[in-house]
Amino acid sequence: MSAVIDTHGHEDHGPKRGFMRWVTTTNHKDIGAMYLWFSLAMFFVGGLFALIIRSELFQPGLQIVEPEFFNQMTTMHGLIMVFGAVMPAFVGLANWLIPVMIGGPDMALPRLNNWSFWLLPFSFTILLSTMFMEGGGPNYGWTFYAPLSTSYAPPSVTFFIFAMHLMGVSSILGSINIIATIFNMRAPGMTLMKMPMFVWSWLITSYLLVAVIPVLAGVITMMLMDINFGTSFFDAAGGGDPVLFQHVFWFFGHPEVYIMILPAFGIVSHIIPAFARKPLFGYSSMVYATSSIAFLSFIVWAHHMFTVGIPLVGELFFMYATMLIAVPTGVKVFNWITTMFRGSMTFETPMLFALAFVVLFTIGGFSGLMLAIAPADFQYHDTYFVVAHFHYVLVPGAIFAIFAAMYYWLPKMTGNMYPEWLGKLHFWLSFVGMNLTFFPMHFIGLAGMPRRIPDYNMQFADFNMVASVGAFAFGFTQLLFLAIVIITIRGGKKAEAKSWEGAEGLEWSLPSPAPYHTFATPPEVK
Amino acid sequence: MSSATAIRRTLIKGLMVGVAMFGFGFALVPLYDIICEIAGVNGKTNTVAYTGTAEVDESREVRVIFMSVNGGAMPWHFRPEVTEMVVKPGQVYNTAYYAENLTGRDLVAQAVPSVSPGYAASHMNKIECFCFEQQPLAGGQDTRMPLQFMVDPDLPKSVRAITLNYTLFDITERVMRESASR
Amino acid sequence: MRVWYLLLALMAPNAMAAWEVNMRQGVTEISHAVYDLHMTIFWVCVAIGVVVFGVMFYSIYHHRKSRGAVSDDFHESTKLEIVWTAIPFAILVVMAIPATQVLVQMYDASDSDIDIKVMGYQWKWSYEYLGQDLGNGENLAYFSNLATPRQEVYNESEKNPNYLLEVDEPLVIPANKKVRFLISANDVIHAFWVPDFAVKKDAIPGFINEAWTNVPEPGIYRGQCAELCGEAHGYMPIVVKVVPEDEYVAWVENKRQQVAAARGITPTVASK
Repeated sequence: MSAVIDTHGHEDHGPKRGFMRWVTTTNHKDIGAMYLWFSLAMFFVGGLFALIIRSELFQPGLQIVEPEFFNQMTTMHGLIMVFGAVMPAFVGLANWLIPVMIGGPDMALPRLNNWSFWLLPFSFTILLSTMFMEGGGPNYGWTFYAPLSTSYAPPSVTFFIFAMHLMGVSSILGSINIIATIFNMRAPGMTLMKMPMFVWSWLITSYLLVAVIPVLAGVITMMLMDINFGTSFFDAAGGGDPVLFQHVFWFFGHPEVYIMILPAFGIVSHIIPAFARKPLFGYSSMVYATSSIAFLSFIVWAHHMFTVGIPLVGELFFMYATMLIAVPTGVKVFNWITTMFRGSMTFETPMLFALAFVVLFTIGGFSGLMLAIAPADFQYHDTYFVVAHFHYVLVPGAIFAIFAAMYYWLPKMTGNMYPEWLGKLHFWLSFVGMNLTFFPMHFIGLAGMPRRIPDYNMQFADFNMVASVGAFAFGFTQLLFLAIVIITIRGGKKAEAKSWEGAEGLEWSLPSPAPYHTFATPPEVK
Repeated sequence: MSSATAIRRTLIKGLMVGVAMFGFGFALVPLYDIICEIAGVNGKTNTVAYTGTAEVDESREVRVIFMSVNGGAMPWHFRPEVTEMVVKPGQVYNTAYYAENLTGRDLVAQAVPSVSPGYAASHMNKIECFCFEQQPLAGGQDTRMPLQFMVDPDLPKSVRAITLNYTLFDITERVMRESASR
Repeated sequence: MRVWYLLLALMAPNAMAAWEVNMRQGVTEISHAVYDLHMTIFWVCVAIGVVVFGVMFYSIYHHRKSRGAVSDDFHESTKLEIVWTAIPFAILVVMAIPATQVLVQMYDASDSDIDIKVMGYQWKWSYEYLGQDLGNGENLAYFSNLATPRQEVYNESEKNPNYLLEVDEPLVIPANKKVRFLISANDVIHAFWVPDFAVKKDAIPGFINEAWTNVPEPGIYRGQCAELCGEAHGYMPIVVKVVPEDEYVAWVENKRQQVAAARGITPTVASK
């Protein structure tokens, strides 16, 4: 393979100047940073949509938006947060960290890396532009069930499909790049079972992405054919079946859920040992648990569809398989807690976010276990209980892990320590705001409020008001995060090479900030 | 290995993976149909005539409920001749559905069958059914559409009632488009 | 500011102000079984949570650097890993048994006394009583529309207690009879949901689904469409009026005459 190595990698100079640096860069740190900034921007856009939703739901009755626009808001909030905020943030961290964690000079396919990033801004510009088109943007939910998203969709659905395709290409290329990097760019001595957990979790996530994004591409292509070329994949009149859409979508969709959480598991497995000053408990069982979760994710998709009328045998199979996921997930939680046990803990901001992750993600896991019980799911399905569940695994799960990672590695990225008190303030405000927003949703869901409705009966009013107050608190707190990142980039206490007392790993052997090119000569791994 | 061969090999492998992925995408629909047939997902039934015969099971009786649905903006009257029959598995029965085109235009309809509970679908054998063909009907006309069926004696004992539903869809536009492009 | 809002929320002067935090028990045998299942799994989760978080907060308190804790070095134990794989697995197996039983019960829609076709439309429901002939071979059927006035939605008049959960023509069923719902849809996917019966089934265009209930207590039970079906998804409630059997028979007869008369059909006299 030596023939394909790019000779540019050895030039000993810093980055170019100006805007073109970012357009033409092939440097993994530049691209990683761009992914992270893009993700933050999308986080604010998706957050704005969420606040519009919560404003409308502050009180019963229609006050601010009409139902049609409300549906666009719920749809766009979901799409932007899943595909625009959470996924690019993890890809950004992977870009920045994987090469320095495994002692490689850069990603294996640097030009492809540039392209997979630059597809994203175009994809999301197209997606957002649909909102200004005639008939409005996507209003069929982020799960875009046919035939609501085909025969009954606004004309902009074709643009939505194109945007999703671009996003999918970007994800597939990004994950191929990560797989190639992990297999080809490791420093001598860095065997697979010595790899940091973040690298492991991303290796598994990449395989999930390569396996399921083509399925998403397939299902949206079928939609495109149904809408524009007269086929009837999802139209019963022509011999098709709307439920086929749901099966194919969730065959993608369930692994997608784990794509958004496995890298978070990896991050937390770095931060807890670092601040407990004790090695990660059960490294190999963590690897096996992550792999089993990934495997199980392929055989549980129909638990999103318990009410579509699956035969009893199918219903039982998917119920059992789903309950089984609790086992490897439990193993991970037990390992983290045993890592803390008899450690020597301190509670800097990354650790606070990681601890909140363990507690709140576990609560999300509990409600997930409840949802797995098919007969009970008949009562939970498509209510706010489900909304509460997946926000508990995504907000304090994925997003808190991303915050934890940012605080933990920001000194390495910028060379400066962030102001600790501001970080802690950000944590506590987020923690309170997030729980205030999403915990009451369990209650209104159990009381019987369906999701995706712009208006509701007074019996749900009180907790909805609490949730809306919490949402504004949580939303505006995130501006503080932006401020902290900018403050840290511009200055602050200089970070040492090993920024945290208990930090382990190759990245901490580099100076802070990490030089533009690192590990041109591979380090020695014992 | 020279770089040209290496690149070619990678390219061929990549293309093969691409073709395989594309093929898998297309295979999803037939795969789904096979799974539906085995598991009876959705009460999808056969759309071809049943030709076998079976021994009549005198020992049990099964309720068959007939239902009709107008899909979309279908402007026809559409209803079963009888709403319910008590049948013996293995015996062949005849019934019919009535349709009346309430508009002044000539329309073409397609009836789509669905059976509940889903796992009974593969045991509901249709020997002759109007759902096998498109049903053209001139404006203002009505028609009696025959149905000949037999409940398979293999039907699980736990099933004591089967509902057979037809949803009637207006496919006039689709038929026009197809004949125009031909 | 936030505290002030919260206080305001707590004192919200709504007539229906409810801080209900748990699932409704409902009124049928199945809904009670579902509720019990829900509570069992909830307490299992609470128990696991107490143990797991207990250990976690114990270490957070005792094994902190500021208390002079020195970190240990243990980082592996196959025995422990096996133990905490096996215990949750056993708990799950125990949980799966009652869940399976309830599910089997829910799926048995045979031997129904009354069959009702439930159709979802954008954005209303229709109910058809199979076998209740109007006189021309067609069954008794009618639409059920949202009855909440626009003024209430747009805050121009006070909202009544059943705001968005009221219809012009409710579905009427008899008490103590097994009623089967045959569910389909006309346009997009809807979902028929009555929380008090623990019945939720998707209404899929071109296909039928079935669900059943047997309600012991007469009363009025309210539900909503539970699958996003477009603009007015939040405005297609389901209201089921459960009445004693004799009252039901009288109602059907009356309704049949009324619908037939409205459509100009000569109604047949006898019905079973």
